[in-house]
Amino acid sequence: MTQIGAVPASSGPAILVEGLTKSFGDVHALRGIDLSVPRGTVLGVLGPNGAGKTTAVRILTTLLQPDGGQALVEGRDVVREAAAVRRLIGLSGQSAAIQEELTGRENLEIIGRLYHLAWPDARRRATELLEQFDLTEAADRAAKNYSGGMQRRLDLAASLVGRPRVLFLDEPTTGLDPRSRLGMWDIIRSLVAGGTTLLLTTQYLDEADELADEIVVIDHGLVIAAGTSEELKGRVGGDVLEFTVPDRSRLSDAVAAIASIGEGEPHADKETGVVSVGVGGRGSEALVEAVRRLDAAGAETRGLALRRPSLDDVFLALTGHAAEEDEQPNGRRRGRRKGGKKDPAQVSS
Amino acid sequence: MTAVTAPAALPPLEDPGLFTRGRWAVSDTLTITRRNLLVWMRVPAYIVFTVIQPVMFTLMFRYVFGGAIQVPGVPGGYVNFLIPGIIAQTAAFATFGTAIALAQELKKGVIDRLKSMPMSRSAVLAGRLVADTARMTVTILIVLGVGYAVGFRFQNGAAPAVLMVVLAIVFGVAICLIAAFTGLAIGDEESVQAFGLIWLFPLTFLSSAFVPISSMPGWLQAFANNQPVTYVVDTMRALALGGPIQASLLKSLAWIVGIFIVFAPLAVRAYKRAG
Repeated sequence: MTQIGAVPASSGPAILVEGLTKSFGDVHALRGIDLSVPRGTVLGVLGPNGAGKTTAVRILTTLLQPDGGQALVEGRDVVREAAAVRRLIGLSGQSAAIQEELTGRENLEIIGRLYHLAWPDARRRATELLEQFDLTEAADRAAKNYSGGMQRRLDLAASLVGRPRVLFLDEPTTGLDPRSRLGMWDIIRSLVAGGTTLLLTTQYLDEADELADEIVVIDHGLVIAAGTSEELKGRVGGDVLEFTVPDRSRLSDAVAAIASIGEGEPHADKETGVVSVGVGGRGSEALVEAVRRLDAAGAETRGLALRRPSLDDVFLALTGHAAEEDEQPNGRRRGRRKGGKKDPAQVSS
Repeated sequence: MTAVTAPAALPPLEDPGLFTRGRWAVSDTLTITRRNLLVWMRVPAYIVFTVIQPVMFTLMFRYVFGGAIQVPGVPGGYVNFLIPGIIAQTAAFATFGTAIALAQELKKGVIDRLKSMPMSRSAVLAGRLVADTARMTVTILIVLGVGYAVGFRFQNGAAPAVLMVVLAIVFGVAICLIAAFTGLAIGDEESVQAFGLIWLFPLTFLSSAFVPISSMPGWLQAFANNQPVTYVVDTMRALALGGPIQASLLKSLAWIVGIFIVFAPLAVRAYKRAG
């Protein structure tokens, strides 16, 4: 084992990033981020569109040169030892990077050949992965006839052909329907159970909550918070009071009515009519107070309840805006990411 | 679902050495070539563009416009004048496929994926060029076959005939480099297609490919007489039918070499920056 690279398997984190910066003209995509991901764990990189998540992944996967700072994958420098890093990693990006005219099997076999597997090995590996990703039946159909979820599974399978030690998944479920999304989560969990180190970016807070051991929150190119999901939720402090105002025209009245009972400003979503406010440890007291005041204001509400804070609340507390509200330029040219915004899973949790 | 065990079959991380890297460069290029040709055969639209369109052009110019075009002094008449021109145009138009395919791969993230893999860095472009050259050669031979069916005959012997086809292919590869550069630099399928039309259409039609330049107005002759497609077509015609060749051959080669020198590095640079 010691011959595989200069770094013994037990020393150091799988990913180590220090002071990483990158600008595209005037857009400062990364303004000095630090990350450390222990082997065999999952880091969730959470942030809105344009926060710098994809830029970080592109630097770590040797696709982009940083302006400053250092990034090591399994102890290898992503700039100076890019070729070695490429043999250690797998990447699955935001869109399915597969050749749609080819069959699932052909896609994987070709990737295997490009990892310099002999033909029989490339075939065997393809068959293995097709089975693992539940694509055996569709294996010999052109990938363009696959559903969105199947295409993403094939894409993920392709990133695993080289048996990577460190896997980068850039928004693996963006644009998927909720069912495919849950399927993807199962697959990702099984990969992690196998010992792969995973860095996962997402705009979906529930996704990070479900999958990640540690979460870093990135906004405007900076890490603004880091910790486990529980630690981050602790930042909100206590319970969250939430209700829905069916009549949107009464939304501001309802917000005004409960403005003084929370610990911070209430947050109101104009589209869904959902109002939430952190109430700290005064849960039931605040609940009674809220009922009284809303009643006095004559605002009809639904589903008034206390709940544990979600990562949405954390994000709101940290950044002052909800995860999906940001519209920053992204510093890259690909434009395929609007699809996920209306995902129902984002509204829930 | 079984869990994936990570490190077992990992290749060693040391530099594999010059010999192995050279071997990989070749095998990776062949893998990409094979993949591109498979894709080409699966997409009906590509077949239409690369086979049916040039065949229709041939038939249209032979039977619709040809009768009205006077080509005094050409042995065998207009059909013999036309086929070298059509073949040059076919070679140039075949490069649309190069630009569009690269733009698509860029947009879909295929190029990102390939660049994040330990494969040869040059293979994506090299494989694209090899596959597109093969595709172009097939197209040229088909057009030549159709040409023969509608009355075209080489007048100058077998070796010059082969050279004519070779020149068309080399010229096409040069245009391929320009197309690869534009595809990667623009990175959007539709824009790439529109841009290709903007420069390839005038370049091929405002040349000696379809009509004698002497039939054009004077201001147009100035352009048509001094542009690479005319040089290449005149050379191909001289190879196919006989006649003076030296001046147009030298100018053709100068242009082709020039395009290689300028656009090969540009295409490589665009590939490195792509994404």
